[in-house]
Amino acid sequence: MEFGLSEDQKLLQESIGRTLEKVSPLERVRKAADEHAAYAGDVWQALSELGVAGMLIAEEHGGMGMGLLDAALASEMLGRHVAPAPFVATAVMAPIALAGAGSKAQQAAWLPKLASGEAITGVAVSERAAGAREGAGVAASGGKLNGTALFALDAAGADIFIVADKTGGLHLVTGDAKGLTRIALTSIDLTRPLGELRFDNVEAEPLSSGDAGAALKRMVDAGRVMLAADTLGAGWAMIEKAVAYAGERKQFGRVIGSFQAVKHMCAEMAAELEPCRSLVWYAAHAFDTMPDEASLIAAHAKALTSETGRFVARTATEVHGGMGFTDLVGLHYWFKRIGLNRQLLGSPERVRHEAAVLQGWAAD
Amino acid sequence: MDLAYGPEYEAFRAEVRAFIAQHGAQAPRRFGVSRPSEETQNWQRLLIEHGLTARTIPKEYGGYGAEPDILKSRIIAEEFTAAGLPMGIANQGISMLVPTLLELGTEEQKKKWIAPTLRGEVVWCQGYSEPGSGSDLASLQTKAVEDGDDFIINGQKIWTSTAHASDMIFCLVRTEPEAKKHEGISYLIFSMQTPGIEVRPLKTMTGHAEFNEVFFTDVRVPKKDIVAGRGHGWFVANATLKHERGMLGDPNQAGTRLKEITDLMHKETMDGTRLIDHPVYRDRLVALQARVFAMQFHGLRLLTAAAKGEDPGIARLIVKLQGCELNHQLAALAIDALGEIGVLYEDSPHLRAQGAWQHRYMFDLGLIIGGGTAQIQKNIISERGLGMPREPKPAKA
Ligand SMILES: Cc1cc2nc3c(=O)[nH]c(=O)nc-3n(C[C@H](O)[C@H](O)[C@H](O)COP(=O)(O)OP(=O)(O)OC[C@H]3O[C@@H](n4cnc5c(N)ncnc54)[C@H](O)[C@@H]3O)c2cc1C
Ligand SMILES: Cc1cc2nc3c(=O)[nH]c(=O)nc-3n(C[C@H](O)[C@H](O)[C@H](O)COP(=O)(O)OP(=O)(O)OC[C@H]3O[C@@H](n4cnc5c(N)ncnc54)[C@H](O)[C@@H]3O)c2cc1C
Repeated sequence: MEFGLSEDQKLLQESIGRTLEKVSPLERVRKAADEHAAYAGDVWQALSELGVAGMLIAEEHGGMGMGLLDAALASEMLGRHVAPAPFVATAVMAPIALAGAGSKAQQAAWLPKLASGEAITGVAVSERAAGAREGAGVAASGGKLNGTALFALDAAGADIFIVADKTGGLHLVTGDAKGLTRIALTSIDLTRPLGELRFDNVEAEPLSSGDAGAALKRMVDAGRVMLAADTLGAGWAMIEKAVAYAGERKQFGRVIGSFQAVKHMCAEMAAELEPCRSLVWYAAHAFDTMPDEASLIAAHAKALTSETGRFVARTATEVHGGMGFTDLVGLHYWFKRIGLNRQLLGSPERVRHEAAVLQGWAAD
Repeated sequence: MDLAYGPEYEAFRAEVRAFIAQHGAQAPRRFGVSRPSEETQNWQRLLIEHGLTARTIPKEYGGYGAEPDILKSRIIAEEFTAAGLPMGIANQGISMLVPTLLELGTEEQKKKWIAPTLRGEVVWCQGYSEPGSGSDLASLQTKAVEDGDDFIINGQKIWTSTAHASDMIFCLVRTEPEAKKHEGISYLIFSMQTPGIEVRPLKTMTGHAEFNEVFFTDVRVPKKDIVAGRGHGWFVANATLKHERGMLGDPNQAGTRLKEITDLMHKETMDGTRLIDHPVYRDRLVALQARVFAMQFHGLRLLTAAAKGEDPGIARLIVKLQGCELNHQLAALAIDALGEIGVLYEDSPHLRAQGAWQHRYMFDLGLIIGGGTAQIQKNIISERGLGMPREPKPAKA
């Protein structure tokens, strides 16, 4: 019995962290955000060189063949550095969909390109995972898609999309398909743009070689664990910034970190967030090894980390006083990242309801 | 990451299950909070004999004498919890005094006290807190003055759990009034029958007298009944407190409670609808389930670190704070789910679970306060865990 990271995993996480520190400092994040860039190409390239794009893709398709816990460690680092790069859709959810429900030909056509980072896949499953808003939804019939998908992930620079239809079927659509309109949605978080996709008789290939329903469930589970890990990383970064700021800022003739009110805010943040790390690790491990528990623990990880993330984001900002409210220190990038993660792929309220359904405590 | 235990441990698990199948019926139904009954003592002896409690304590001191193996201890806890059986006695003598004597006692002290304490025959209380010294324990004032081969003790302790039912006390006293606050304290062990000791039960908010005031008037204690020498009491006390905090905030207990509440919400109804079918109560249950899971997995993480001899840092410092709070919130949900039935107490008609939920809800608050209050835990987390500035020294009185 061993509940912890291997030496390899620790090294992997450190090296991703070091790379992001170099290529994605706050100035780089700010530039990408100010430009409303689809993503920072240099950051994505550096991550791809480390193998992050192909972590979950089998070696035969040019990936690293790693597990979801490895991906969670990467995601934690991306959150920690508020990296303006695609990840959840293209490096995690899309490979799971293609491996689970794609044909040999579809896998051969796309997995190597995803693994190298050369192609990016957007994922549009919000209506299934978080609930349909604004009457959105996509209907599939005769190989054509019609309707609207909101809140597509990693959408801005995507070369292809994986789209869930209203019945849970999965479809592959190329980014330049005729009849597809791509609209950028501006959220609070400018490090990861969201997309709206409008389909007007758009040609689509179904992902129908495996069990698409199961693949959809798996990709959503994995995506939830990744978002939880992202919030974990972003949250800890905020705690560390708050502690550091409190150790320098003086008021009333002493550093504010010596006021117990400030210390206790920091202690509460740490005490609430650290157990989420254990939950995220377990959820990722369960995804790979305990199929019966995977969905339940993924839901719990997403909900609890989102709730805790909200508390940390506002409290760490408060510790910074008026400075935390400004654009100057850039703390808001973390605040907003955590804010977006909370709503994506199911809010805490929604995933807790799913957790109840999974245990037979509520009707679907 | 590998959550399988492996063949050696699965074999051990099978042994534990076999024991439970064979002897489970002999388990005492109720563990009293004070003196172990004869039935409890018999159960305790059986557990020791089979290495299911006092497992790593050397045979010569009345234990089972196995090599320390954290995973085996956990398997025992898992199986007993799953079977709903009480584990060995976990009173303050066994949880706190025994490990302290093993670490710092003389050979004579170990030989004399450990075995009967383990068997539940000798019951101890912890005499640390005083009316003027709670969180600031090192300010304690109970005096022990040298007189020939004895110390003569005068002063008062308070919040002393189970003192009314104890044979012995491990007690902090000031032996060197001239020394600095932390350096003038000694750790004495003596009989509660010693002349000059008066125990006055203090009724708590639960309605029971779980703790006491203890008054010392010219209490004579032989000098040899000191642990680790004069002026070293603060060091000994910290060794003891480390064992106490490990005990509080146990996530297995939270797991058991979660199961009980889940059952309760499936059985109890309001307007004819089961509580589990009420979306607001159900949401609270699911939210707490996530917290219980997080603390259980957190426990696995700490266990792994301990087995490897690694210091898990801040991950360890948060357990008392988070664990006690979680237990308290679980009790609160059970009470809320029961509504007006949830406030019934004592022997009222319609009472559920002998009033256990209200009792736990109140007693948990005691545990949030005792053993280092929540605020003291936050001081520790921020100072030792996050490296924030220490409290400024209090002004000289
Ligand atoms: C939206 C907004 C509008 C504003 N408008 C104006 C304006 O029009 N004019 C103007 O003059 N100012 C304005 N301010 C400034 C505002 O009054 C200060 O931000 C506020 O008084 C806090 O001071 P600070 O930012 O320096 O934080 P700090 O005083 O540095 O506080 C940082 C953290 O330390 C804590 N802290 C500080 N001292 C103690 C203590 N003794 N005990 C416990 N905790 C302590 C604080 O609570 C906070 O969490 C504005 C601020 C904001 C956010
Ligand atoms: C159920 C129960 C069983 C107990 N059993 C025993 C026992 O067997 N033996 C024994 O010796 N003692 C026992 N105690 C005593 C326990 O250790 C003390 O109650 C505890 O250490 C707190 O001390 P106090 O009650 O004097 O509170 P105080 O120290 O007076 O604290 C009062 C309030 O002030 C806060 N406070 C104090 N200092 C600080 C600080 N530096 N920073 C921030 N906040 C602070 C506290 O957090 C608390 O909220 C027991 C207590 C309880 C509740």
